[in-house]
Amino acid sequence: MALRKFRIFRGDSRETGELVEFEVECGEGMVVLDAVHRIQAEQAPDLACRWNCKAGKCGSCGADVNGKPKLMCMTRLSDYPEDEVITITPMRAFPVIRDLATDVSINYENNRRLPHFQPRPADFEDGEFRMYQWEVERPQEFRKCIECFLCQNVCHVLRTHDKHQEFIGPAFFVRTAVYEMHPADVGDRREHLKEHGGIGLCNITKCCTEVCPEKIKITDNAIIPLKERVADKYYDPLRWLLRKLTGRG
Amino acid sequence: MGIDCQRHEFDVIVIGAGGAGLRAAIEASAQGAKTALICKSLLGKAHTVMAEGGAAAALGNMRAEDNWRVHFRDTMRGGKMHGNWRMAQIHAQEAPDRIRELEQWGALFDRTHIGRIHQRPFGGHTYDRLAHVGDRTGLEMIRVLQDKGVHMGIEVFMEATVIDIPVVDGRAAGAIAYWRETGRFLLFSAKAVVLATGGIGKAWQITSNSWEYTGDGHALALRAGAELIDMEFVQFHPTGMIWPPSVKGILVTEGVRGEGGILKNSEGERFMFRCVPEMFKGEYAETEEEADAWVAGDHVNYRRPPELLTRDVVAKAIMRENEEGRGSEHGGAYLDIASKRSAEDIRRKLPSMHHQFMELAGVDITREPMEVGPTTHYVMGGIKVDPETEETTCPGLFAAGEVAAGLHGANRLGGNSLSDLIVFGRRAGLGAAESAKALAKAPAIPEERVQVAIAEALRPFDNPSGENAFEVQAALQALMQSKCSIVRDQAGLEEAISGIAALRERARRVSVQGNREYNPGWNTAVDLRSQLDIAEMCARAALMRTESRGGHTRLDHPDSDPAQERIENVITRDGDAMRLESRKQPDLPEDLAKIIREGA
Ligand SMILES: Cc1cc2nc3c(=O)[nH]c(=O)nc-3n(C[C@H](O)[C@H](O)[C@H](O)COP(=O)(O)OP(=O)(O)OC[C@H]3O[C@@H](n4cnc5c(N)ncnc54)[C@H](O)[C@@H]3O)c2cc1C
Ligand code: SF4
Ligand code: SF4
Ligand code: FES
Repeated sequence: MALRKFRIFRGDSRETGELVEFEVECGEGMVVLDAVHRIQAEQAPDLACRWNCKAGKCGSCGADVNGKPKLMCMTRLSDYPEDEVITITPMRAFPVIRDLATDVSINYENNRRLPHFQPRPADFEDGEFRMYQWEVERPQEFRKCIECFLCQNVCHVLRTHDKHQEFIGPAFFVRTAVYEMHPADVGDRREHLKEHGGIGLCNITKCCTEVCPEKIKITDNAIIPLKERVADKYYDPLRWLLRKLTGRG
Repeated sequence: MGIDCQRHEFDVIVIGAGGAGLRAAIEASAQGAKTALICKSLLGKAHTVMAEGGAAAALGNMRAEDNWRVHFRDTMRGGKMHGNWRMAQIHAQEAPDRIRELEQWGALFDRTHIGRIHQRPFGGHTYDRLAHVGDRTGLEMIRVLQDKGVHMGIEVFMEATVIDIPVVDGRAAGAIAYWRETGRFLLFSAKAVVLATGGIGKAWQITSNSWEYTGDGHALALRAGAELIDMEFVQFHPTGMIWPPSVKGILVTEGVRGEGGILKNSEGERFMFRCVPEMFKGEYAETEEEADAWVAGDHVNYRRPPELLTRDVVAKAIMRENEEGRGSEHGGAYLDIASKRSAEDIRRKLPSMHHQFMELAGVDITREPMEVGPTTHYVMGGIKVDPETEETTCPGLFAAGEVAAGLHGANRLGGNSLSDLIVFGRRAGLGAAESAKALAKAPAIPEERVQVAIAEALRPFDNPSGENAFEVQAALQALMQSKCSIVRDQAGLEEAISGIAALRERARRVSVQGNREYNPGWNTAVDLRSQLDIAEMCARAALMRTESRGGHTRLDHPDSDPAQERIENVITRDGDAMRLESRKQPDLPEDLAKIIREGA
C-alpha cells in the first residue's frame, strides 16, 4: 500500500467546476476506477461517476485520465509513475452533468436515426440465414463496440469543433458498418451517411482508432470502406452493388 | 402540495432494460401497447451486456439428437429437480425460435462450417448447445434488442430508478421513480407493469455483479404484495478472478472450460476427476485421455471432462481443495487452457478473457494458468410467476429474467439465463399487453401514496451527519460473505438475520452529503433498503431449508433430503415484516417424469 495523489474534476459545469485533490491508499493491481470508488466510499460519497462491469465490457466508465481518453476500469495505476499525480476529468467532447458524469444523450439520438437492419428473406425454413464464418467476421468486429464513446470524445470534429449536429462520429460509422456489411442486409445507407452522418467531415486522422479499447480498426475497416461506398453512389453505382453483394470493400 | 413530479401515462411500463426488459418491451409494443422502458443505468449497460459464454437453445445444429426434451431434462437435473417443470418445458421448447428471431433482427452468431449458428459446449448441457459470439454473447444480444426496440419507437427513460410500485385496488398501477441526473421524481401511471430488474449479488463482497444489482425488483415486488420463492438459492460461480485483490470476483467465463480448460490444485492434480457426484456418475470422462479426446472434437465416442459438471459441484470442489490445504497461492484453483489449446485458438475463441487477464492481472492465458475461485453470480430465487403469462401473484404485475424464479430450480445451467430472458421476456410483454387491454384507463394513483414514497427516499437528507451509505453497504457485504455464502449453517444464518436487523437501524440513520443531483451517496442510501430486504429473504429462506441442494449448502445438513425436493419456501410481506411458509409444488406429469427417468 502506498499513498497516491489524485486530482479530480468536481462541479456541474466546465466554467464553475474545479480540480479537487485527494490522497488515497493504493494497493497491488488497482485501476483508476478502484481509486475513484475508494474516494467515494471514504472521502466524497457524492462524487459522480458511471460504471457497471469493472471489466471493460459495458463502456460506462470513460473519462480523460491525464488528458487521455480511457476506460477507468481498465487503466492500471501502475501504468503511471508512483509520484505522478493522476488527473481525472470528464470526457471533453460532452457537456458535464456533474463531476465525471457527462451528458451523452446525443449519441442515443444519433443511433435512433440510423437506418436499421434490413434483412433479405431467411435462407432456411426455421429462420436462419446461411452465413459463413468468414462473412460474419467482418461485421462482428464492429459489434465489439461497447459504446464507451471514447472515439467520439477524441475526434477533433466533435471535441474541438463541436459539430455534434452535423457529424454522427466514429462510433456511429462503426454502427452503420455493422449493418451495411452484414451478409444478410439489403439496405442502402449511403445517403444517410453523406447527408445526415457528415462522413465527409472525417479527414482520416485515425485518432479514434488509437483510443478504441476494443481495438476496432475504426478508420481502416469502417470509415474508409464506407467513404468509398458513398463515393461509388455518386460516381459508380455498379461498383457499389458489387461491393454490397460480395461483402468486399 | 408536497413535492412535484413529472407525470407520464402508458399502457405498459417495463422496469429494467437488460435482455428480459428489452424483449418484454418489444413484445408489448408489437402488440400495440404504448410502452415505456425504465432503467437505472444508460441503455445498453445492463448486466446482460456482460454475459460471455452464450445462450442455450436446442437448435440441433451440432447434433441432430438434441431437442427440447434433452434440454428440458438437463435443466431440471441441473436445478437438482427443484425447478418449475412447466417453465423448464416452455423454455426448452421456445428458446430455439427466440434465438433465430435474434438472427432475423441482425444478430451475428458464430457459424458452423455449413453456415448455420454454431453451438458450444457448456456445463450440464448434454450436447453442444450454446449459440454464441466468441465470448461476448451478451453484448451481441443487448445491442440487437436495443436497436430493435429503439427503432420501434419505444420510449426509454435512462438513469431513472424506480423506488415504489403503487398498488391500487389490489392491482399494480405504475411506478414512482427518480432521475439520477437531477434527483427529481417521476410518476408513471400504467395499466400493467413488468419487472425485469435482474439480480441481487451486490449484497456480497466477492461478486461478479455491478452497483445495479441491489435486488430492487425483488424488494419492490415484496412490498407490492407479490410472492417470492427460492430465495435461498444463490449461484456462486466457480471461476471468478481472485488476484490481484482489486479484481476479486470478476467473472471468468465457463466458456474457458467449455473450450477445454482444466482445473488443477497446488499439487498439479486435476481434482475434478474425483468429484463427480452420484447423480452424474458415468456421464463424464474418467481419464485424462478420454477428456482430451473429447476436447479434440470427438463428442460422440467420448464423454465430456468433469470440469464441465454443474456450477454448484465445481464451486464446492474448489472450496474443498482449499480446506484440505491444496488451494492455489491466493486461495483458489488453477484454470489452465494454455496446455490444451494453441495460442491462436485461445485468442480467437476467448478474446475478452485474454484481454481481461492481460490488462487486469498481467497474466497471458495463452501461456500461463489463471487463478480462480468462487464468486457470487446469480440468484435462482425471485418473484413467483405464472409460467404461461409471467404474471406475479399481484395482478397487473409481471416479472421476467433474473428477477423471476422457477426455471432454474436450485442451480442454473450456464447459458440458460440468456435464453430465459428472451423466452420469458417475450411472454411477459405479451401477458402485460393483454392484461392492459382489459383496462380502459390506468388506475389513478393517490397523491398521498406518491408523497410517502418520495418522503422515504429523501429522508437521509434530514439525518444529522453520521455514517455514509457505503459504510453500511460494506458491512452488509461482509456479513453476507461470512454468514450466508457458499456454505451455511444454522448458527451463522441466525447471526446473519440478527446482523441484518442491526444494519437496518444503521441504514435508517445514514446521512447524505451534497444534494440530489447525480449523487451516488444518496442513490446508495436509497438502494440499501432493497439490499437489506433481499439479504433477509435469503438468510431466512436458507435457515428454513434444512438440507443441501444445488446452490444452497448447509454444513449442518450436508445431504439432500428427497422430502424437500419439491418444497418451495414462499415469502410474502406481513405488515413491515416478512412471512415465510413452505409449500409443496405440483409433481411432474407422467410424460415429463418419463423424460427425466428414461432420458429423452
Ligand atoms: C459477468 C457475467 C457473465 C454472464 N454470462 C452469462 C452467459 O454466458 N450466459 C448466460 O445465460 N448468462 C450469463 N450471465 C447471467 C446473465 O447475464 C444475467 O442473468 C442476465 O443478463 C440478467 O438479465 P436481466 O434482463 O434479467 O437483467 P439485467 O440485464 O441485469 O438488467 C437489469 C435492468 O434492470 C434495471 N434496474 C434494476 N433496478 C432498477 C430500478 N430500481 N429502477 C429502474 N431500473 C432498474 C437495470 O438498470 C437494468 O437495466 C452472466 C452474468 C454476468 C454478471
Ligand atoms: S479518423 Fe475521422 S472519425 Fe476518426 S478521429 Fe479522425 S476525423 Fe474523427
Ligand atoms: S468504436 Fe471503440 S471507442 Fe468508439 S464507442 Fe465503440 S468501443 Fe468505444
Ligand atoms: S465499468 Fe464497464 S467498461 Fe468500465
